[in-house]
Amino acid sequence: MKKLRLPLSEEERMSLKAGEPVLLSGEIYTARDAAHKKLHELIAQGKELPVNLEGATIYYVGPTPAKEGQAIGSAGPTTSGRMDPYAPELLDLGLKGMIGKGRRNQAVKDAIIRNKAVYFVAVGGAGALLSHSIKKREMVAFEELLAEALTKLTVEDFPCFVGIDCTGTDIYDLD
Amino acid sequence: MKEIDVRKIEDAIASMCSEIAVVYNRPIRRALEKAKETETGERASAVMEMLIENAEIAEKENIPICQDTGMAIVFLKIGQEVHLCGGSLNEAVNRGVERGYGENYLRASVVADPLYERKNTKTNTPAVIYTEITDGEEVEIEIMAKGFGSENKSAVKMLTPADGEKGVIDFVVETVKNAGPNACPPFVIGVGIGGTFDYCAVLSKKALLRNVDEHNPDEKFANLEKVLLNEINALNIGPMGFHGKTTALAVQIEQAPTHIAGMPVAVNVCCHVCRHAKAVIR
Repeated sequence: MKKLRLPLSEEERMSLKAGEPVLLSGEIYTARDAAHKKLHELIAQGKELPVNLEGATIYYVGPTPAKEGQAIGSAGPTTSGRMDPYAPELLDLGLKGMIGKGRRNQAVKDAIIRNKAVYFVAVGGAGALLSHSIKKREMVAFEELLAEALTKLTVEDFPCFVGIDCTGTDIYDLD
Repeated sequence: MKEIDVRKIEDAIASMCSEIAVVYNRPIRRALEKAKETETGERASAVMEMLIENAEIAEKENIPICQDTGMAIVFLKIGQEVHLCGGSLNEAVNRGVERGYGENYLRASVVADPLYERKNTKTNTPAVIYTEITDGEEVEIEIMAKGFGSENKSAVKMLTPADGEKGVIDFVVETVKNAGPNACPPFVIGVGIGGTFDYCAVLSKKALLRNVDEHNPDEKFANLEKVLLNEINALNIGPMGFHGKTTALAVQIEQAPTHIAGMPVAVNVCCHVCRHAKAVIR
């Protein structure tokens, strides 16, 4: 299985093909519905974002709370489609990777192609297994959102599939 | 008359919330293992293997199966000979949920105002509570911890008598097709037929409480469950939408009398982590 270290170079991103299984290592941000809404509002107001999106990867996840000695609780992907209204502007601001589950709309696909970004798909309902690949979690912003807060994860060999590659090919449309 | 302390109900709910978050419902676990054997595609097989490994890790390490530990839906059947004592029933139910989620590090996923503030209540309460008065002197509690990736893909349609069986099949299959990869297949599909606009939706949720290895007691509806399962699995959505034979593990129908002019149908889509449990307090 292909092992990838984040952030990915343009060449690495362009080499990925929808459907291939990969293992991701490096730093990723967590954000889902409420954090995306807040990022969108900050962008609309012309304010500075709490994260540098250039080359960044966002994982759509709202984990369960960590117990003592754990980096994180159960942490599988949530449905990406709910982030579709917000994803294109983030991609245009430098976001290069998204991890979630399920289909994306055409506007997101267009933004993926335009920005040579990649959408990864992780297995939904495998949060216990996926938590093993998450080594560290740090609070970044919007702590009041609890599970929905924007945090930074350090992942090692996080298993997922290339969902939509730089050409716009979609894993769900493969034979 | 039989006195039952609501604190017993609270304790039972707390314990069930904790259990179903980490331990797969046994018949579903068996269905997943059986389904794994039938998948031949590389990605579909990989998904099935991960789901089974995940189930093992969850149980062994006491980590929730899924991070969406759900919204608690509590069905209470209270025998009419029962006198509930020790405080408010609804408060006891919600305390049970709050304790079950809080003490076990489950996710607080409930927001108080659904439209404007959307502020997390931090306790995963209030639960959705259905209370039914029945005969007898027991309290039966059934609880479901429903994830919303699949709940979001559920639907109700007011069919007419002329739509018949074909109308039901078309609507159920269409709803599952629309759920597609997003709602975490393989699914368990709850179908409510009859009643009213609201009641058929409740029936579709009650249908999910039945174990996946049990069929509808009425032969005609049991047959319809089979027909629907075959049609759904012919959609080739497959595990996680990566194509394959297993789009649903089971279709479960609950039916009820309805009006001469109508045939309401509800489809409650549930992901493979179909968490539910039952307790009886005597």
